[in-house]
Amino acid sequence: MAKLTIEDLKKIKERVMAETSLREGQKRVKVTVHMGTCGIASGAKEVLDALMREIEESGATDIMVTTSGCMGLCSREPLVTVEIAGQEPIKYEYMNPNKMRQVFKRHILAGEIQTPFVLARGAEKTK
Amino acid sequence: MIELAHHILDIGENSLRAGAKNILIEVKEDETNGFLVMEITDDGYGMTEKELKRALDPFYTTKKVRSVGLGLPMLAEAAERTGGSFHLESKPGKGTKVTARMGLKHLDRQPLGDVGGALTALIIASPTTRFIYRHISGKGAFEMDTEKIEKEVEGLPLNEPEILNFIREYVNSHVKELSPEV
Ligand SMILES: Nc1ncnc2c1ncn2[C@@H]1O[C@H](COP(=O)(O)OP(=O)(O)OP(=O)(O)O)[C@@H](O)[C@H]1O
Ligand SMILES: [Mg+2]
Repeated sequence: MAKLTIEDLKKIKERVMAETSLREGQKRVKVTVHMGTCGIASGAKEVLDALMREIEESGATDIMVTTSGCMGLCSREPLVTVEIAGQEPIKYEYMNPNKMRQVFKRHILAGEIQTPFVLARGAEKTK
Repeated sequence: MIELAHHILDIGENSLRAGAKNILIEVKEDETNGFLVMEITDDGYGMTEKELKRALDPFYTTKKVRSVGLGLPMLAEAAERTGGSFHLESKPGKGTKVTARMGLKHLDRQPLGDVGGALTALIIASPTTRFIYRHISGKGAFEMDTEKIEKEVEGLPLNEPEILNFIREYVNSHVKELSPEV
């Protein structure tokens, strides 16, 4: 791995600024990876890493990634929620990097919900 | 936890939940004494003496969604298992400092792992918090300060995927050079 410097960041900045001005405001998709100690211990960070790499490789600029704390569903973790603008949120359970890549390509990019991994549909309160 | 980076993410999340605006994460490789020291300092709301005493009890948590709190006991155990030690300091209204000392060469010590990824996960969790990561080894020192990155990108939010991917590789490439075997 070549050592990155702040100089490399300058190039990225130019690119991101150009993209943001084209996109104007709202992102099309919001993806939430649920963390908390049990989530982290069961691989939530690796799921997040896989998602970030997919976004990077695809060059998509309309996806927002967030994390949230534990929801008390520790045994089903890692959990990921996908919200596409104008559609009900979909919550996926027992995620891993491979399933995340599949959900990214098929659901987030192509719009097909990956039913076998779905835990729940619709909004709910979490903390 | 498989990597120390997982603990960094987990302990950092405690700090965020405590409302910290500034979080300093330090990893020091002390080859002379054979220790790897991990220290996380925050300016969150802290703990009272009573809370502090209970913090290492796995059945203590202030979370509402469940009844166990495992983050701190797991790190304490990971440190003690390697012939090291664990220390927790906290003042209400001031903040908290978590120190884990691990046996550098101990077989049970978890590898440092993807620190850059842990930091980006924390930035995603709270893009407006200032995170400083400092790494010191016999080979030199490295510091990543999100406030400096913010200045550099002039108002772009740090949670843009391209900026996050930069931060991850920026940190990991420097850490790898300073601590290739850790
Ligand atoms: N940096 C901190 N500032 C203030 N309070 C803290 C901090 N870290 C931990 N605590 C307190 O100690 C409790 C136990 O922390 P611990 O990380 O062990 O478990 P948890 O965060 O409650 O749950 P888990 O880590 O398993 O998701 C927390 O619920 C919180 O009340
Ligand atoms: Mg915790």
